[in-house]
Amino acid sequence: MGLKDLLNAGSDGTHGDATSMVSMDARPNEPWVTTKLDFLVNWGRANSLWPMPFGTACCAIEFMASAASNYDLARFGMERMAFSPRQSDVLICAGRVPFKLAPVLRRIWQQMPQPKWAISMGACASTGGMFDTYAVVQGIDTIIPIDVYVPGCPPRPEGLIYGIMMLQKKVMNERMNGTSREEMEPDPKSKLYIPSSRIDELSEPFGNSVHQTRSAP
Amino acid sequence: MRAEKFTVISAGHGGGDVPATPKNVPHKGGDANPSAAALQAQFGPAIVRVDVINGETTVIVDRDKAHDIIQWLHDEPTHAYEYLSDVTAVEHRDSQRPIEIVWHLRSIKFRRFIRLKAMIVKGSALSICSIWDIYKGADWLERECYDMFGIQFVGHPDLRRILLWEQFKEGHPLRKDFPLRGRFSRSQQLENALAANPEARYSMEELSIVDAYEELPLDMRRRLLGGEKTGE
Amino acid sequence: MATKRTIEVELSTTGLTKDGKAQRIPLVMGGGAAVALEAPPSMEPELEGEHMLINIGPQHPATHGVLRLVLEMEGETVVRCIPHVGYLHCGFEKIGEYRQYNQIIPWTDREDYLNSIGNNVAFALGAERLFNIEITERCKVLRVMAMELSRIASHLVWMGTTCIDIGAYTPFLWSFQYREKIYEMLEKWVGARLTTTATRVGGMAADIPEGWTDKLQSFVQDFPRTLDECERMLTKNAIWVGRTVGLGVMSPEEALNYGLSGPMIRASGVDYDVRKDFPYLDYETYDWTVPVGTSGDVYDRFLVRMAEMRESVKILAQTLKRLPDGPVNVDDPRVILPPKKKATSEMESMIHHFKNVMEGPRPPIGESYVAVESPKGEKGYYFVSDGSSKPVRWRIRPPSYVNLSAIPKMVEGHLLSDVIAINASIDIVMGEIDR
Repeated sequence: MGLKDLLNAGSDGTHGDATSMVSMDARPNEPWVTTKLDFLVNWGRANSLWPMPFGTACCAIEFMASAASNYDLARFGMERMAFSPRQSDVLICAGRVPFKLAPVLRRIWQQMPQPKWAISMGACASTGGMFDTYAVVQGIDTIIPIDVYVPGCPPRPEGLIYGIMMLQKKVMNERMNGTSREEMEPDPKSKLYIPSSRIDELSEPFGNSVHQTRSAP
Repeated sequence: MRAEKFTVISAGHGGGDVPATPKNVPHKGGDANPSAAALQAQFGPAIVRVDVINGETTVIVDRDKAHDIIQWLHDEPTHAYEYLSDVTAVEHRDSQRPIEIVWHLRSIKFRRFIRLKAMIVKGSALSICSIWDIYKGADWLERECYDMFGIQFVGHPDLRRILLWEQFKEGHPLRKDFPLRGRFSRSQQLENALAANPEARYSMEELSIVDAYEELPLDMRRRLLGGEKTGE
Repeated sequence: MATKRTIEVELSTTGLTKDGKAQRIPLVMGGGAAVALEAPPSMEPELEGEHMLINIGPQHPATHGVLRLVLEMEGETVVRCIPHVGYLHCGFEKIGEYRQYNQIIPWTDREDYLNSIGNNVAFALGAERLFNIEITERCKVLRVMAMELSRIASHLVWMGTTCIDIGAYTPFLWSFQYREKIYEMLEKWVGARLTTTATRVGGMAADIPEGWTDKLQSFVQDFPRTLDECERMLTKNAIWVGRTVGLGVMSPEEALNYGLSGPMIRASGVDYDVRKDFPYLDYETYDWTVPVGTSGDVYDRFLVRMAEMRESVKILAQTLKRLPDGPVNVDDPRVILPPKKKATSEMESMIHHFKNVMEGPRPPIGESYVAVESPKGEKGYYFVSDGSSKPVRWRIRPPSYVNLSAIPKMVEGHLLSDVIAINASIDIVMGEIDR
């Protein structure tokens, strides 16, 4: 069934002018599909994510390994590393983020154009990991909104690739006129994405780590 | 063809045996580095004590004479400690014990290693001579020591924080009274950090060309007003 | 500073001879194909005028991490360079004061993360001197294997990333291919690719599995071929030579005074290698040489690192021949956990296990500084113990921190694009610089 038939179906032929205009352009022998605009846009976005690697520490080495010959991120439409935040879609924060770097990370996130996503790669970026010290941000989700957390210290390249595939799934399910694409806004006063009281509550030492914040005699 | 440019300085050209991996090193005692005896002969009372621990010679020197002693070790051709490995400090858990400044020196010529220590008694001014004029490599090592312990290196040209930022308000992290997780709560630390301007410049050098003066903490402005010059 | 060196360049494209065999046609005309390359001219006086500030980093693909350089430029010439570090300061040394000796080892992985297993070994050596432990012969050889493998892995990353910085992508892919092979071996041995935590005070976390030496054997045989390929791509490549010769020159006296170490000081013509001059792990009994450069520029640093990889392969081949049988860990219940089977069946072993895990081994009062030759240079661990199970002070002597502190001196008077090459030649790892 061609475009002409589709347009004619349901019409009684009285609006002949308009349909005949279309039927002149439509080529009935070529294949075509109909779909939702959402799907088309998301399909395009999900398969050409331009990552912006914000590599700080060990995870950046595993990120490099994922991009190199053996694991080859290019298979997932991610071969185009954008080292400028202004030409990128997804921020991959690979490695620990100390407080000195926090305003830099925030600035880079603000420089990225919409639509944008963020992957937190590794335990340190996600939670502070083993660096429960005076210098390290305990989870970058306090300063930028994160879509996918990849666990591991560092994650294997397979883990990162799985995380990217999860992000692609997430992108596929987005709606253009819904609430899902609106960017999360930080708290206007503290400029944090998680309320201050919750941060303090969550980052209290617990269990074994209570002992480990004490220096031995 | 490639032009020979520098003549190679080979390690151990001052003579001596080919070194071997130390084996069965006694915990205390053993042969001291010959430079320690030479130092005692040269400086006498300025050498407080010579220890040999785990085969490493530690010379504890008078804090005011440290610069002269290191200068002598560097210049004297029969010892030739031309390589500075490390400058650091040690604070003990026992709060009565003095803070130690530690220099690790190497002689490439004679393949020797010596550790110098100077004590800063608690309560006295936290300052020691800088050896930047002897070893350029001491520049960042002393800045780090200042950053982590708050020790003033007198004579250092550009003593400011290096690993932490100038506006870091919590103190000097490697001091024993500094808690592991910092003095502020996590959210406060985050808010302080995010308030910083990522484009801020902290170097006095840069200030000569760029106007970032207003963003500086008070003590730095004061030092600048005093006409302090930095760099080589 | 004006160095004038001539290097025989062999940039060529492959063509075919009459009988169909591959043939190399030099692109440069004139028989000997020698091109004289001069160092870039220093500041020209007529360009005096307004200076400009250029900020590179902390987020920049060519700074190998989160280094920030502020450059004062006159035209395209660097007048002054002000490095800012500390963007990755995580408080390693502070954490060390809160952990038992064996518990610190995971942090050593993450400090110079290109050389993690080498750091593990360095840490264990330092702690063992503090504990006054003599390790077993088999352990020594295994540790030499680990250190040399990690040296190759680190130099491979250096080569790959430096090539990307200067504009060649292929060596990056080749070097990571072989790096993956090293990863595979390490994974077979200790279970992790990058963060190995392979050593314990007094031994290793695990002995090598069966058949592992065959893998190493084939690596030792195959790897030099990849090195040859990379050298063929780079050593006489006109672009590579043009971008590296005469840059960032440090004289031997300056290099000593600035405290440079590793390939940096050796490229400057100082024959200082910790493995030879302050040996550990019986390095003096292996047959190898220290490659030394004579010009102290970026090109010589490249040559020294390539030669070092070949020497490492030589050492690895010798370790395979001499690997003795016998126990890996010392027979000392003070520091080494008893085997699991004994710990669950014998009272005494169980007490040792409990004491070791809960209280941790206690070294005598004292201090030790053990330096090893890491791929970046002299890496030292300095411990001060007060007799308790946690060190009073754990100090890392970071080679690339000291090497980087000479960058203002090295880039002065060079062009902006050369700053990238010089910075790459230092082989910095921000995890180690900032700790």
